[in-house]
Amino acid sequence: MTRRTERAQRIASRAVQAGFLLVLLILWYLATNRWGVNRLLLPNPVSVWHQLVDVLRTGEYLDDLRITLTELAVAFALAMTSGTLIGYFVSRTRYTVRVFDPLFAGIYSIPIILFLPLYILFFGLGPASKIALGATIAFFPVVLSTIAGFGNVDRTLIVAARSMGASDYQLFRHVLLPAALPVILTGLRIGFTVALLAIIGSETIASLAGLGHHIVQLAEGMDMPRMFAYIAFVVAIAALLNGIVSLLEARGRRRR
Amino acid sequence: MNAAARRFLLRHPGVARLGVVILILIAWEIAARFFIDPLFISPPSRVFASLGSVWQTDGVPAALRLTFFELAVAFAIAVVIGLVVGLAVGLQPFARRSLMPIILLLYGLPQITILPLFILYFGIGAASKIAFGVTHGMFPIIVTIVAGVQNLKPILLTSARSMGASRWQMLRWVIFPHMIPSFFAGMRLGMTGVLLGVLLAELYVSTAGIGHFTTLFTQNFDPTKLFGLVAMLAAMAIALNEMVRRAETRFSRWR
Repeated sequence: MTRRTERAQRIASRAVQAGFLLVLLILWYLATNRWGVNRLLLPNPVSVWHQLVDVLRTGEYLDDLRITLTELAVAFALAMTSGTLIGYFVSRTRYTVRVFDPLFAGIYSIPIILFLPLYILFFGLGPASKIALGATIAFFPVVLSTIAGFGNVDRTLIVAARSMGASDYQLFRHVLLPAALPVILTGLRIGFTVALLAIIGSETIASLAGLGHHIVQLAEGMDMPRMFAYIAFVVAIAALLNGIVSLLEARGRRRR
Repeated sequence: MNAAARRFLLRHPGVARLGVVILILIAWEIAARFFIDPLFISPPSRVFASLGSVWQTDGVPAALRLTFFELAVAFAIAVVIGLVVGLAVGLQPFARRSLMPIILLLYGLPQITILPLFILYFGIGAASKIAFGVTHGMFPIIVTIVAGVQNLKPILLTSARSMGASRWQMLRWVIFPHMIPSFFAGMRLGMTGVLLGVLLAELYVSTAGIGHFTTLFTQNFDPTKLFGLVAMLAAMAIALNEMVRRAETRFSRWR
């Protein structure tokens, strides 16, 4: 394939993508303005846009955003410290890996959101239950990737460093950590993403405040345009956070 | 610990793992019996003993059956949609390049934010749970199937065509056998997604499914029954996951 046809194809596929989104928007507009779809089921895109501008201008999202981000930060910090620490100590010997790794992997395969009612009963409706659930859900990818990262370091590297007289600290800093870091960073990114989802999810299901809670409030108030605007806002926030974390991951990988 | 027992444990990590689990259960038992308010947590022995009475609670067996039905229907629909869309998008290079970014974009959305919309469109009955499970389950299936088609060696297609295979024959004898491993890998991921979607929707609002009973037991401060019900659901989730995983290892062996 020549370069020119390749370029033409790339432009064509971009055009299909743009066309897809455009057709979707037009259908949405026509459905609400011409074909008389119930406004309670599907609000008009123009009014959603106005509401979105209004939400951004009034800054009413600030309180909810602060709560959700605080929950996320605490939950992720808990999962990160406990996950990397426990993962590191488990990875120290091959025996502990064989004892604990299947245990964590087994629990990880259960949908942990199931335990939400237990967390709510135990920690209440406030932020504590969200933090606890987010931390639990994020813990497993972090611990599993830490075990995998430290556990699969090439033995020759360790033996070589040791025979050249590396101390425990030097071995950790210059051999183990650089070798394990990419895997651990991937685990941390996955942990962050699932913690975010778990926190917004548990706010949606049962909570007193937060972004997920606000969406439910608007839904129950049947304030559809504002709810669509708020959903778009939350989706954008989530995309932004995930983008930042992916960027950090890529940077951490390069600079080890 | 004497040397023989030590050696036995070293040779059987599974036994040591069981020991760890038992230790955790004992710690939980002691904590729940003596230190924590029984309104909030229940010792494992009592939970285990209560499994029978949870099962006999009016409506619980029906609720478990309903949830299982929702999971099965959602999974079946997700697999069909995932397979059709995955093959349609994956087999056409142009379609793959133009539509795949859109699919990945949709897959990346936090779907939980639109859960209230699902309830609005599909009602608070089983339909909304099934729909939410389908949207959670179909994307990983599509993505894995597209990746599987992409890994298909072009030389296989070319040689099949040069030997005069029809379109159907190529699908049946080249593409399908090659797709089986990624198909089952996709099914496993899809099952995880379906479980998540259905359970989220159940917990959000439910009139007859298990979500109804978890809310009921939480509001009545009846942790024993709540733990029992959650344990039953966890067992169901593990069994479903395990079934799909077994199928995956079984059908991926031919290569």
